[in-house]
Amino acid sequence: MKRFGFLIASFVFLLAPAPLLAHHGNAAYDATKEITVNGVVTEWIVANPHSLLKFDVTDDKGSVTHWIVESGAASVNQARGVRLTRQLLKPGDKVTVTLMPAKNGQPVGRIHRLVLPDGRLMVNDLP
Amino acid sequence: MQNFVARAMVLIAFVAISAVAYAQSSDTKEHKGLPPICQGEANRFNCASATIDGQSDAPAVDAWGRSVAPPAKRAKSAPAARHDLSGIWQVDGVDEFGFRGILGIFGAPALPSDGYPDHEPPYTKEGLEAYHRHKPVFGVDAVPAAQSNDPVKSCDPPGFPRSDLHSLSTMQILQTPVQMVVLYARYKNWRMIWADGRELPQDPDPTWDGYSVGKWVDDTTFVVQSNGTDERTWLDNAGRPHSDALRVEERFHRVDRDHMELTVTLNDPKMYARPWVALDKQPFRLMPADFAMSETRCSPSEMAAYDSLVSAPISK
Repeated sequence: MKRFGFLIASFVFLLAPAPLLAHHGNAAYDATKEITVNGVVTEWIVANPHSLLKFDVTDDKGSVTHWIVESGAASVNQARGVRLTRQLLKPGDKVTVTLMPAKNGQPVGRIHRLVLPDGRLMVNDLP
Repeated sequence: MQNFVARAMVLIAFVAISAVAYAQSSDTKEHKGLPPICQGEANRFNCASATIDGQSDAPAVDAWGRSVAPPAKRAKSAPAARHDLSGIWQVDGVDEFGFRGILGIFGAPALPSDGYPDHEPPYTKEGLEAYHRHKPVFGVDAVPAAQSNDPVKSCDPPGFPRSDLHSLSTMQILQTPVQMVVLYARYKNWRMIWADGRELPQDPDPTWDGYSVGKWVDDTTFVVQSNGTDERTWLDNAGRPHSDALRVEERFHRVDRDHMELTVTLNDPKMYARPWVALDKQPFRLMPADFAMSETRCSPSEMAAYDSLVSAPISK
């Protein structure tokens, strides 16, 4: 009887999977949005668990936003054929960053694509 | 009429129970297309195949920046040597999320936390309660990093068997006459499997990586039994729990010189109603002997910097 009760409970569980589907791996980010900004690098930090890129974006009126975006871990990207090194970026470099922004509107994001100063494209596809 | 209703109810119950029994008996049931956690606008960036069109299979570089030649297409491997697992092993192929060369981002690869109801492990009541106390950053119940209580967030060791199941990519196996030593690239973590004929401890004092003993069951299959893993560790990225009753079986099968398969079966009667397979004949390929594995440390100071610069500002 105990076993039967377990099976019924499982059946109810199977009928109601919807709440389980409401979350996702990038919980603090808004995965429905992707924005592209042009900026100037202020700092590039190769680190675990995620390398971090700080850059400034100046709008039409001259006001500056300090962005910080995360990439995958250096090692993960190495294993995937994209090698993140300390030499990859330096302050003053001009970059184009396509990113997934934070849900709360802070200038924080997760890099999807980064056009390096030499035109090479770095892609980050790990969640 | 009453008789008909009673029969119909019995039939409905039978069909329902059969369906449940079927779902529970097929841990590795095949699903077509992207899993639910990748579907829809809000989830599209969870999965590699949803992010990049025609993801390239560019030659990898190792930790020294040296390029690594991709394996020759259709080249025939030499047979496996007898009783030999030694080598550097890289996860082979692409997983259901489109990730190449890395496994277990969304939890145990054979039952990922991806939104398919039949990929839920067979929790007991205690197991489900323990799972709900865990706040993972991956899987269907993921929370923002600042709200997570994942033990690796504070650089606690992943422990075993999480080392087999957590974002697994590369491992090196060193072999002596009495030991198999596994070096995991992730966290620069290693564990020892004793192959000198000893038995597992009866009443183990818990440790992060537990106690492991292994033996060859045929020329190319090494079977490992483990117990005694500290209960503070999680099984995987998705926050699946375990108790002190956990027993793990790993089957390392070297298919030929260049290929190995690993199956991991978890048995924890306190947390799960029955044993379940967490890694199912997962293929690995042998890397060149001069391949340098990447350094993936958990650095408390780098973790603190990440938390203050990224996690905290976006958590509210």
